[in-house]
Amino acid sequence: MSKCGRERNKKVLQFENVAFSYHDKKQGRSVPVLQNINIDMYDREFIAIIGPSGSGKSTLFRLISGLENPDEGRIFINGEVQKCRLGKVGYMPQQDLLMPWRTVIENAALPLELKGVRKEEAHKQILPLLEEFGLRGMEHRFPHELSGGMKQRVSFLRTSLSGSNVLLLDEPFSALDAITRLSMQEWLMNQWEKRKATIVLVTHDVSEALFLADRIFIFTERPVRSLQEVNVPLGRPRRLNDLNEPAIISLKNDLIEQLRGKVIT
Amino acid sequence: MKKTEGLGPAVLLVFLFFLIWEMAARAVNMVFILPPPTGILSKLWELREPLFAEHLPSTLAVIMIGLAISVVVGAGIAVWMSISSAAEKALYPLIISSQMIPIIALAPIFVLWFGYSIWSKVVVTVLITFFPITVNTYDGLQSASKDLRELMMTMGAGKKEIFFKLLLPAALPHFYSGLKVAVTLSVIGAAIGEWLGAQAGLGYFSRRMMTQFDGAAVFAPIILLAAIGIVLFILVKLMENKSLKWRKTS
Repeated sequence: MSKCGRERNKKVLQFENVAFSYHDKKQGRSVPVLQNINIDMYDREFIAIIGPSGSGKSTLFRLISGLENPDEGRIFINGEVQKCRLGKVGYMPQQDLLMPWRTVIENAALPLELKGVRKEEAHKQILPLLEEFGLRGMEHRFPHELSGGMKQRVSFLRTSLSGSNVLLLDEPFSALDAITRLSMQEWLMNQWEKRKATIVLVTHDVSEALFLADRIFIFTERPVRSLQEVNVPLGRPRRLNDLNEPAIISLKNDLIEQLRGKVIT
Repeated sequence: MKKTEGLGPAVLLVFLFFLIWEMAARAVNMVFILPPPTGILSKLWELREPLFAEHLPSTLAVIMIGLAISVVVGAGIAVWMSISSAAEKALYPLIISSQMIPIIALAPIFVLWFGYSIWSKVVVTVLITFFPITVNTYDGLQSASKDLRELMMTMGAGKKEIFFKLLLPAALPHFYSGLKVAVTLSVIGAAIGEWLGAQAGLGYFSRRMMTQFDGAAVFAPIILLAAIGIVLFILVKLMENKSLKWRKTS
């Protein structure tokens, strides 16, 4: 895994003419969600996906992680079409979804255990990581003894231990209060800069997307036929103040305006 | 802490109950029908030899064998139903309706089949104790979060891993709830089994003393039966606290 710098032209995730519809049991018909979607995501990119609720953002993640399969088209991960994508990318769900009967360290060890790493070996790997995840001394606490921010960090630690270079984060901070959310966003950016990973973040918070992402994809119509793409005109490293630049403020207003027009009520 | 504080009123009430009983029994003064609690205790002491050496071990054997079979069969059926929907469809309604059969009325047939051996009593015990274990364990296995299951799948977990790392731990608290109900029922099961036909056992002894109009000797083994139930319940509670530490600390 020793890569020198970012290989901007190396595609890690690629959608090729992907279509997907789910079957609505109540109405007995299939509802199209995605149609003819093409996406390229490159190595060590930070991608944000924004869109109103019910716009198919979660469906996109279910497709990438392998919980669903496309009706048409192909999905490439690290340049290959995987027969079974389950276990190929790291997925961090919206709720922390920690197992209440496992301690912090045991929860984090889950993906390693599933790969056949022995318990003691897994714990040895995790202990040094707890420090940078702000969880030092918490390894033997149970989830209900942690704050919301800590739970999310355990969840992210678990996701990053999947060992995959593609991490999918599904509105990870939506349940947190505003202050905690801000510090978690800064923390996540630091983590991403340290790790050699591509992050895809689903969010409905436009500022969050602008602050964190290199590129933003916008889901507006239903079904989604094409993705609108926005390049965030900010360099790295970034600080929260950068969001106050006039160009960013007007971009933010544009995005909010677009989303507002499309809210499905 | 909270628990011991909470026991005070209950102890007081029980004490009061026995006090009134004692006074009423002395007033009525018909020991063979209403023996006073002190009379029962002295009878317990008097009969300690046959009760503790012969009848208690006999009943305990029935209870322990019955519970062991119930746990294995009950949890086994629950697991089977949770992994096979065909088994669930076939068995679940049967298990529910098996509880509509009055087992006490059915019990004589077991004496016919198994004679006066220990097995006729064990069967009665199993039949009333497996139900809470099966139903609770099954519900517990169903209770595991679907989101967690999907999350494990995205980590590449197979069916077996999902079962052992998710379904089983999620079901454990429910299993213990079932087991707590089962241990209290097991005492009843064993006693009923012994009434129908036995050569030893606390239930058998109590019934035999009834035919001899010895009120205190009817009650003495019942005290022991109740004690068995309470001790078993506490044991299960301790086991539960030990294996569900994550819940206790909340």
